[in-house]
Amino acid sequence: MFRTFMVIVRRDVTLAMRRRTDVLTTLFFFVIVASLFPLGIGSEREMLRFLGPGVVWVAALLASMLALERLFASDYADGTLEQMLLTPQPLSILVLGKVFAHWLLTGLPLVLIAPLIGLQYHLEGTSLAVMAAALLVGTPVLSLIGAIGAALTLGLRGGGILLSLLVLPLYIPVLVYGSGAVTVSAIDVADVQPFMALLGAFLILALAFSPLATAAALRISLE
Amino acid sequence: MKRHWFHFAAPSTFYHLAGRLTPWFLGLALVTGVVALYWGFFETPDRLGGSNPQKEYYRIIFVHVASAWMSMWLYIVVAAWSAIGLVFNTRLSYMMAISVAPTGALFTFLALFTGSFWGKPSWGTWWDWDPRLTSELVLFFLYVGYLALHSAIDDARRADRAAALLAIVGLVTVPIIFWSINCPDPNQCAALHQRSSMSDIDGNILFGMLGLTFAFWMYSFATSFMRVRSIILERETDTAWVAEVIDREAPR
Repeated sequence: MFRTFMVIVRRDVTLAMRRRTDVLTTLFFFVIVASLFPLGIGSEREMLRFLGPGVVWVAALLASMLALERLFASDYADGTLEQMLLTPQPLSILVLGKVFAHWLLTGLPLVLIAPLIGLQYHLEGTSLAVMAAALLVGTPVLSLIGAIGAALTLGLRGGGILLSLLVLPLYIPVLVYGSGAVTVSAIDVADVQPFMALLGAFLILALAFSPLATAAALRISLE
Repeated sequence: MKRHWFHFAAPSTFYHLAGRLTPWFLGLALVTGVVALYWGFFETPDRLGGSNPQKEYYRIIFVHVASAWMSMWLYIVVAAWSAIGLVFNTRLSYMMAISVAPTGALFTFLALFTGSFWGKPSWGTWWDWDPRLTSELVLFFLYVGYLALHSAIDDARRADRAAALLAIVGLVTVPIIFWSINCPDPNQCAALHQRSSMSDIDGNILFGMLGLTFAFWMYSFATSFMRVRSIILERETDTAWVAEVIDREAPR
């Protein structure tokens, strides 16, 4: 089962590496959105430090949501997805592989670039580290939850905007605790622990249930 | 007369049952609604005690609490019908789910709307990021997402099943969303809704609240049945029994 998982991951990463612009557009979208806020709300130091965690998280939410559309779209268009449904391997493992590859390509770059964005918002060293850690645990949850929505809206006209309507309300817990962790870390790093524990709990829950729900959604969309 | 318990699971038989039941529910909703509103307006005290006495405007409570309760209950109903549909593969369950949802969305909106009119005189603001307000807003988003997904898919079978799955996923995440907004330490975030329980409520007021909740519930039955009847007719246009119904009702 692990081999199946790795095969899917390797395949998706290879495919994406042949078309690198897709990966880079998500990253630059994140950077641009986060850079627009200081232009809109003014650049006072204190205010930016206060708003930083929330803005970075909302930008991450939007970036990962926009990337979702591509999760199944190309495989759906060329019929690969239907073949995957027919394989004897459990569909949820295949889905998990696809989601993991998708996270490697869209979520991980966000985690790595986020400290740089944090510098734009005058966040301190510990806050930057906490932000990266929270994003590292939180963005996989976003990809996993989003996969359900992506599978449900597969091949629909206006799928992208519909997807945001379905998925964004479900992102709220991750947003609350993710930005909460960064805000709290500015006061006392020891207070971060419960936030990280809850984010970890979300990740475990999402890992357990989201592939099943996504697999069921794919079966509904493709039958 | 003994009947199989799946008898009314067929759209053709349920269409007639729903048609016969609708006026009863509508009548019950009207009668209890009028009684409860009369009670709420004229038989209850005109100010509530406490350190900050609430004057006449507290009467919004009768509509506000009843619609908030119905909004949550109807979401559970939608998810339950969706689950039944996915398990037993009965078409009528999906039709019930999709015909309950608009009423649920309406009550969610009503709860938010009346809440803001209550909030203005008592809190001095139309809107505040109070935990319950926020979770009610999220519930509204979930209803909207459900309805939007259903109407975006042309194929009825796929629309039913996809929306059903979404409703169940939504139901699973509702408690998580609720607890994430409703932070565990009430001193840390502004909670404008005080903790309360049924036994703390004055009997007179409770009567009005429960009466109006009952009225709203009956109203939900009536509207869902009316909606499900038209959905059945739409989906079964090509069948013989629909042709019969149209023949019978057309001259009138």
